[in-house]
Amino acid sequence: MTPATLIPIPYTWILSLSAVLFVIGTIGVLLRRNGIAIFLSLEIMLNSANLAFVAFALEFAARRGVAVALTGQLFVFFIIGIAAAEAAVGLALFIALHRLKETIDVDRFNILRW
Amino acid sequence: MLGSLWLIPILPLIGFVLNLLLGGVRARKSLVNAVGVGSVGAATAVAFSTLWQYVHQPTVTIVERYFTWIAAGSISVNASFQLDPLSAVMVAFVTFVGFLIHVYSVGYMHGESDRAYARYFSYLNLFMFSMLVLVLGSNLPVLFVGWEGVGLCSYLLIGFYFEKDWCASAGKKAFIVNRIGDFGFILAIFATFAVFGSTEFTDVFPMAAAHPQQYAAMATVIGLLLFVGAIGKSAQIPLYVWLPDAMAGPTPVSALIHAATMVTAGVYMVVRCNVLFRLSPTAMLVVAIIGGLTAVFAATIGLMQNDIKKVLAYSTVSQLGYMFLGAGVGAFVAAIFHVVMHAFFKACLFLGSGSVIHACGGEQDMRKMGGLRKYMPTTYWTFLAATLAIAGIVPFAGFFSKDEILAKAFEAGSGGLNGHGATYYVLWLLGLAGAALTAFYMFRLVYMTFHGSFRGGEEAEHHLHESPWTMTLPLVVLGLLSLVGGFLGIPRLFTGHEGWNLIERFLEPVLLPLGGGEHAAAEAAAQVSHHVVGAGVEWGLVVLSLAVAVSGILVARSFYIGERAFERPRRLADRYPLAYKLIANKYFVDELYEAAVVQPIHRLATLCWKVVDVILIDGVGVNGTAFTTELSGDLLRFLQTGNVRNYALSVAMGVLLLVVILW
Repeated sequence: MTPATLIPIPYTWILSLSAVLFVIGTIGVLLRRNGIAIFLSLEIMLNSANLAFVAFALEFAARRGVAVALTGQLFVFFIIGIAAAEAAVGLALFIALHRLKETIDVDRFNILRW
Repeated sequence: MLGSLWLIPILPLIGFVLNLLLGGVRARKSLVNAVGVGSVGAATAVAFSTLWQYVHQPTVTIVERYFTWIAAGSISVNASFQLDPLSAVMVAFVTFVGFLIHVYSVGYMHGESDRAYARYFSYLNLFMFSMLVLVLGSNLPVLFVGWEGVGLCSYLLIGFYFEKDWCASAGKKAFIVNRIGDFGFILAIFATFAVFGSTEFTDVFPMAAAHPQQYAAMATVIGLLLFVGAIGKSAQIPLYVWLPDAMAGPTPVSALIHAATMVTAGVYMVVRCNVLFRLSPTAMLVVAIIGGLTAVFAATIGLMQNDIKKVLAYSTVSQLGYMFLGAGVGAFVAAIFHVVMHAFFKACLFLGSGSVIHACGGEQDMRKMGGLRKYMPTTYWTFLAATLAIAGIVPFAGFFSKDEILAKAFEAGSGGLNGHGATYYVLWLLGLAGAALTAFYMFRLVYMTFHGSFRGGEEAEHHLHESPWTMTLPLVVLGLLSLVGGFLGIPRLFTGHEGWNLIERFLEPVLLPLGGGEHAAAEAAAQVSHHVVGAGVEWGLVVLSLAVAVSGILVARSFYIGERAFERPRRLADRYPLAYKLIANKYFVDELYEAAVVQPIHRLATLCWKVVDVILIDGVGVNGTAFTTELSGDLLRFLQTGNVRNYALSVAMGVLLLVVILW
């Protein structure tokens, strides 16, 4: 299969999808009270960023006339790695919090204030 | 021991350090005596052996450089001492009179605690060190070190009984008033640096003497500034107010510092810088006027004081006035002659009054004394000798020196010195009037203290006694010197030739001749005018001043001796109540200074304290900063809700804001 036989998806579409996903994720983080749900929303935001990176990498390669632009692609792997680590730490935190208060409703954890 | 001048001041300095340590361990008085009196005695011995070698060798001025003290840019000051006829005379009488007063102090201060005793002697030794540095210094900055040192010791010793409030304030007053004068002195040192590029006496004075016209204008400035310093240190109008208050210190201190040595530092300095003064007729005239006015002004206050030491204090101010009058009419040698004679008889008077106070159990009011002649004969006779000396009775010490000054003032008037003949005539008349007043108040003091009958009550009369030998021995020595000291300078008039005026011959090299055109002519004219007064007139002046002194004594006798003692002065006071009140209250000068200087400064200080310090700095500055920080923290802490989603919202809004801004 040569690239010429396929019609490439315009990168703006991918970016639009990324933006939509990012906004959905942000709204989820701001509105959900369940800790796990906030995490899920956060993952959506990270993945929307991944999508944006990939889209830019494709477009960059196309405009330069090279096969692939590695920089953009590589960042995706970093982000996936960090997201995994963050999920591990986050879940551990929520387990600890749950042991303390029998809940993971983040509105219940507001003792660090005036 | 010529070649090691530093040895003379260093010995008292060692004594000072040792006594300071001895005071710390509360050593016995005999040990303190050995260190305190011994160090000054050794210094006196060294000084006199040095002077013995000095007068037997031909060099006139010996300068010893030890090390470079200040080196900054084009300015370089050496730590160096100088021995010339002037400092030789000063060193001789400072060490000698100082030593006698140390001996006297052993008897006078024996009642003090061991600690205070050691403190007293350490201060006294420090004073000797400072005074010797002052007179030996070979440039103005070194002189200034001694100058400030004696000022410090004066402060410490006036406030020796610092537990008493008024003694401590008297010390402060002396220190602060002296500061005003020192300000002028420092400016004079700067000006000397600027004009001559050096302050070494051996550089500056020959330079100024060689080019009189070139330096005449600056000489006026420097001379007047130097004289401001002298006014402070030597207690002249208008800065004399500290000296009478300085009597708060122990009596030997009054004798040593506030009569014999320290207060003459101003006269010494003016004579030392005589070249600069002679270049400037204005400066000379100012010196003479201040001196003449002070001589009479202080004498009138002395008329009505009842505290025995206060009378002597005002007489010191008055005598210092004579010395400046002498310097102002160009009689520099006579001024130094009077300094030395005054040191002898005034030290004797003060030590005598100390002996009297000692016998009366601390009483200083002459109205509670009287008839002490038969209880303390040694004190009486020595005191009488010194009184005759200060009154100017022939052949006592003060006669020759004071008469010399008055004669020179008359010559300045008749010769029209620098074209101010009339002014100098007036000053001569003032000096003559002062001489009469001096004779009067000194004999008033003698009659009230030693004659008549004792007025202090039977209890006190029972305790009257002659002082121990450590006190009477210095009295006898000083009394004898008051009798014969004047023979150092017998004027030509009495002997027919200059040879007998030893002190004038000795000090002659100090008065450098002024060279160069116009001034040489003026100087020559002045030399001529020296001899315009004939021998007949001179004899007339001698008789006149003697007559004036004797009449002063006779008036005192009629006022304070016999059946109707104290009656006439009281009637006089009743007849002229205004004049009496004015003089008895010392012309209200202290009150004037209080209202014109002390109170405004006090108010300014209060303003600075209550408004600037408390309100502005403490309130607005320090507490205001703290208050603002706390208040903003109080308000801003409500942003910390503790709710994670609120923080997330802030972050989101922040990002949104950034996007909008960066668009």
